[in-house]
Amino acid sequence: MRQMKLRYPLLLVLATMVIAVLAACNGDDDATAGSRLDTVKERGNLIIAGRTDLAGFGFLDASGKNVGFDIDLGRAVAAAIFGDPNAIEVRPISASERGPTIQGGEVDVLTRNVTWTSTRDAQWGNYTTIMFYDGQGFMVRADSGFDSAFDLDGTTACVTSGTTTELNLADFFRQNGLSLETVVFEDTASVYGAYESGRCDIATSDKSQLAAIRSGFANPGDHKILPETISKEPLTPVVPHGDDQWFDLVKTVMWVLINAEEMGVTQANVDSMVSSDNIAIRRMLGAEGEFGQADLGLDADFAVDVIKAVGNYGEIYDRYMGPNGMSFELPRQSNELWLNGGLIYAPPLK
Amino acid sequence: MVGTPEVLPPSTSVGIVGWLKANLLSSPVNVALTVVVGTLTAIAAVAMARWLVSADWSPIHESLKLFLVGQYPSEELWRIGAVVVGATALMGVSWAVWGGVMRTFARIVAAAGLIVALTPIEPAGFDLAVRLWYLGSAASVALGFAVGRAASLGPKWVIRAWALAFFLGMALIWGFDERSLGSSLRMLFGAGATLTVVLAGAGWVGRFPLAVVLRWLAWGWAVVFVVTIVMAWGLGQTDLAPRVNTSRWGGLLLTFVLAIVGIVASFPIGVLLALGRRSRLPVLKGLSVAFIELVRGVPLVTLLFMTVVIVPLFLPQGTSFDLVLRAVFAITLFSSAYMAENIRGGLAAVPLGQIEGAKALGLGGFQTMLFIVLPQALRAVIPAIVGQFISLFKDTSLVVIVGLLDILGIGKSLFLGNVRWFGAQAEVYLFVAAVFWVFTFAMAYASRKVEESLGVGSR
Repeated sequence: MRQMKLRYPLLLVLATMVIAVLAACNGDDDATAGSRLDTVKERGNLIIAGRTDLAGFGFLDASGKNVGFDIDLGRAVAAAIFGDPNAIEVRPISASERGPTIQGGEVDVLTRNVTWTSTRDAQWGNYTTIMFYDGQGFMVRADSGFDSAFDLDGTTACVTSGTTTELNLADFFRQNGLSLETVVFEDTASVYGAYESGRCDIATSDKSQLAAIRSGFANPGDHKILPETISKEPLTPVVPHGDDQWFDLVKTVMWVLINAEEMGVTQANVDSMVSSDNIAIRRMLGAEGEFGQADLGLDADFAVDVIKAVGNYGEIYDRYMGPNGMSFELPRQSNELWLNGGLIYAPPLK
Repeated sequence: MVGTPEVLPPSTSVGIVGWLKANLLSSPVNVALTVVVGTLTAIAAVAMARWLVSADWSPIHESLKLFLVGQYPSEELWRIGAVVVGATALMGVSWAVWGGVMRTFARIVAAAGLIVALTPIEPAGFDLAVRLWYLGSAASVALGFAVGRAASLGPKWVIRAWALAFFLGMALIWGFDERSLGSSLRMLFGAGATLTVVLAGAGWVGRFPLAVVLRWLAWGWAVVFVVTIVMAWGLGQTDLAPRVNTSRWGGLLLTFVLAIVGIVASFPIGVLLALGRRSRLPVLKGLSVAFIELVRGVPLVTLLFMTVVIVPLFLPQGTSFDLVLRAVFAITLFSSAYMAENIRGGLAAVPLGQIEGAKALGLGGFQTMLFIVLPQALRAVIPAIVGQFISLFKDTSLVVIVGLLDILGIGKSLFLGNVRWFGAQAEVYLFVAAVFWVFTFAMAYASRKVEESLGVGSR
């Protein structure tokens, strides 16, 4: 009996020691983690916080592949590092998790339809480059007789619940002395259903989402989006604080996408463009000189991989929101290149 | 002698007419009620039928694979098929050995496999290979039944086979790569050592015989050893079953993994917690009570957010801890606290005389608990335990909020993200609800049958 009582503690101590040794081994493994680029390379894929449920920006096609404007920006970064746009893991997160997720540094890039604001910049992470200019707008029935947001006095609005959408709406109507009744819904598809069934006169959301709702109707022409934009929503990929090389890397990949459109380099012609007689194009594609690739830890010709994988900025845009896009049609307007009167502009690659 | 002629009962008291009169039209009030309720039901049925016909089932038709296994790579789907066929074969064996509810389930599964394999409907990607897998699952039920009959296995071996199949199945779904040997070795020793701590701790406190604890330990280590070393080492060198990151698990597969692991893990933890709470040792009792009350005082959503959002803040930058594992952890914690309270109810229901009787027969504390108290306690609370399993199964759909795409998450993503399916919410929700209903109903049915066979309520 006495012997037996002694053996249990012995067993306990032994097992606890095994666990402690294992914990120590685990610690050693983690200690090798250096810069984020090294971590990503060692892991073999890029972790993106994205969406799987937002038309145009991050969704699943029928076969289950992650697609969308935001997702392709992440794929561009993966292509720059690995030469493979499929070396990504998309982590779908909710709006409320965006902050903690990027603060904790668990994901490498946050491309989840996230608006750049000063508070978020200070608290969450580093905002790279504005890739999409969105803004809140209104949609009404074409035969309703409303031509401007200032005509909307005394109407009922269907609105997606969110941090800013409801607030912007209330501000706009109060500012202009108009009265309004709001019906709040969780997501775009519910606003679609409610607006379709006539529960409200106007639907309000970011203009890209209004375009999505509009194209979901059998007759999109029966509805129109009013010209006013009542908020600024600059959508920007975010990286965690504290790693300047990584911050610069993601920024540069975004600039490559924009510069490629500017120079007319596309998915189809990128191979022949390597021998172009335009010096700027040859530099971008790594055939001549350099624009900081070595400092970023990337191959000299990473831009070729990027453009081959996802195309230039315009091609990504058109893939989802162009005339024959997968999701819906949205005229580029502010998201035109600066050369064409839009706001999309990137520093030169040199 | 003139025989009395047989007089039949009046035609208004037998047959359909009799039933209608007795049940629907027995009084003026009932006649009125029947008319009103009948009309409403008819209106609802017509509206429902009209909707069902006009409904847009294309999200389910085109993305059935997504609903079933999420983003699990198509070229690795044979592994899911193998696990399913293995499970159906074991169902066949269980049918042969146990009969009862397993007979019903095995027959239904075999019939369902056959029907699906031969169905003329063709969702996207539903090719001959997939049909053959369904056919294979039906055939393996029969094969398992034949093997079970021929080998005349004892019930003990069937339980062991299910336990081993659980570990092998999980390992196969997860897969192996050349790096997995190191991590499996760590997992082997980690799991083994944890098992040792738990069993040794429980044995010490509960004064179990050392020999019993050592035998359990030997079994546990052996299973973990087989799974990790043999499979990870052997398969890790080949491309046969490469690692499939859990971030690609989804759909019904993920729902099942979360539910099954949650159920398997929370039951023993719940038993230990219940025993701990009734223990006379103050520290053990205090810890058990604290754990149970703390977890039960928090919604599952909060626990999920805790593990997913708060835990990373304490980890070093850049490390990433498996998301599915975290969700399983939260679900298991939550469920085991409720399980403990259910089982405590059962323990309290065992009359003191049983324990005194066991003592009088010379049984030790451990033997009394294992052979006298626990069987009676668990038998008494089967409905509550199964109720807990059912709610755990349904609760798994909450993982949507932490970014895992279980069957509900896949459905929501499809109708929210694809413009052409914006209007198909009702269809998707109805389909997901039907899937959940099938499995929860099966669990409830099994519970009823087990209660009947154990005579709960009748003795």
